[in-house]
Amino acid sequence: MASEGGLSIDPMHQFQIVPLFGEGPLHWYTPTNQTLWLAVTVLAVIGVLVLGSTRRAIIPGRLQSMGEVFYSFVHSMVEDVTGHEGAKFFPYIMVLFTFIVTANLMGLIPGAFASTSHIAVTATLALAVFLTVTLVGLYKKGIGFLAMFWVTSAPLALRPILALIEVISYFVRPVSHSIRLGGNMMAGHAVMKVFAGFAGVMGIGSIVPIAAIAAIYGLELLVAVVQAYVFAILTCVYLRDAVGEAHH
Amino acid sequence: MASTAETVAGAAGEATEKGMPQLNFGTWPNQIFWLVVALVIIYFVLTRIALPRIAAVLAERRGTIGNDLAAAEELKGKAKAAEKAYNLALEQARAEANKIIAATKAEIKADLDAAMAKADAEISAKAAESEKRIAEIRAGAMDAVSEVARDTAGALVSALGGQADAATIDAAVAARLKG
Repeated sequence: MASEGGLSIDPMHQFQIVPLFGEGPLHWYTPTNQTLWLAVTVLAVIGVLVLGSTRRAIIPGRLQSMGEVFYSFVHSMVEDVTGHEGAKFFPYIMVLFTFIVTANLMGLIPGAFASTSHIAVTATLALAVFLTVTLVGLYKKGIGFLAMFWVTSAPLALRPILALIEVISYFVRPVSHSIRLGGNMMAGHAVMKVFAGFAGVMGIGSIVPIAAIAAIYGLELLVAVVQAYVFAILTCVYLRDAVGEAHH
Repeated sequence: MASTAETVAGAAGEATEKGMPQLNFGTWPNQIFWLVVALVIIYFVLTRIALPRIAAVLAERRGTIGNDLAAAEELKGKAKAAEKAYNLALEQARAEANKIIAATKAEIKADLDAAMAKADAEISAKAAESEKRIAEIRAGAMDAVSEVARDTAGALVSALGGQADAATIDAAVAARLKG
């Protein structure tokens, strides 16, 4: 592809999903390159959170400390944002955050496949959050959950308009929730690929794009963690609507 | 459903080589399936193994720290009590020492006073004796002087060729000595 001559950069090629074995058609169960990196993500999670804590040491080692910091961080986030009522959703938030942050970081390994740069992945996560929040809210508060759209602190005349806006923003949530994460991941990897393409054809001058890649890589590490955090904390905020007292 | 997904995937795979792979909806069932598998595995690993274990370790550590703090608090109290007892003992010892010092001082003073009195008495006795002796010596000396004077006077008178009786010489010497 790059050998077509001249500057031919295909930054999207890295996101191509191909079967892991052979060239056969892509069934829904076919193991792909994405499947491989999802497996790597799962193994990394097990490595840090399970193998790191096998010794159950009172004075933790490095890996165990990592797991504990991770645990405490997410636990306090869930408790701070969703309140005491939401604390029982901690395992779900933990699964979400653990998966996203690990997949983001694994995707940054050179040559890896970034699972979270696919809208299919982030949309599934966001939709799961959306459905959970909606169902939990309706189950916990019944029809009172809809009071969230009726802004009682606003003048009566404005309330129907605000309700319409609130409803629209509520249903837009999963879209923004998923595109924010997927878009960030995709853009970062695509930009690095573009610079890598420059580096391939610039000869000695390629030192400039290589330096740029190093800088962007550092930024992407930050983005990987921050976007996972944003995803998790937004999930907590949405959950607060469902379980906490009304905040409008 | 699988067959439709398959055909869509096949068609889309060829058609969108240049497009965004993210929007190749043919791969979505595959992606979602494996994502769900990964999430379910992580969910079970976390809820069955990792989270209870980490929670237990954290709780245990909190307990250990709490116990240690309580023990430290207790030891601190003990140390304070010990310090108090020590200070009390020190104060008592100091008072005792002061008492002993005062007693010793008084004793020494009494001894000293007694010795001084004795020494004074001895000194005055000695002085009295000495005075007596001096008086005696002085008296002796006066006698000797009058005798010598008498003898000398007698010798002088006889040397000058005179005759003098003892009574006259005695009277003259006594008069001179008084004068």
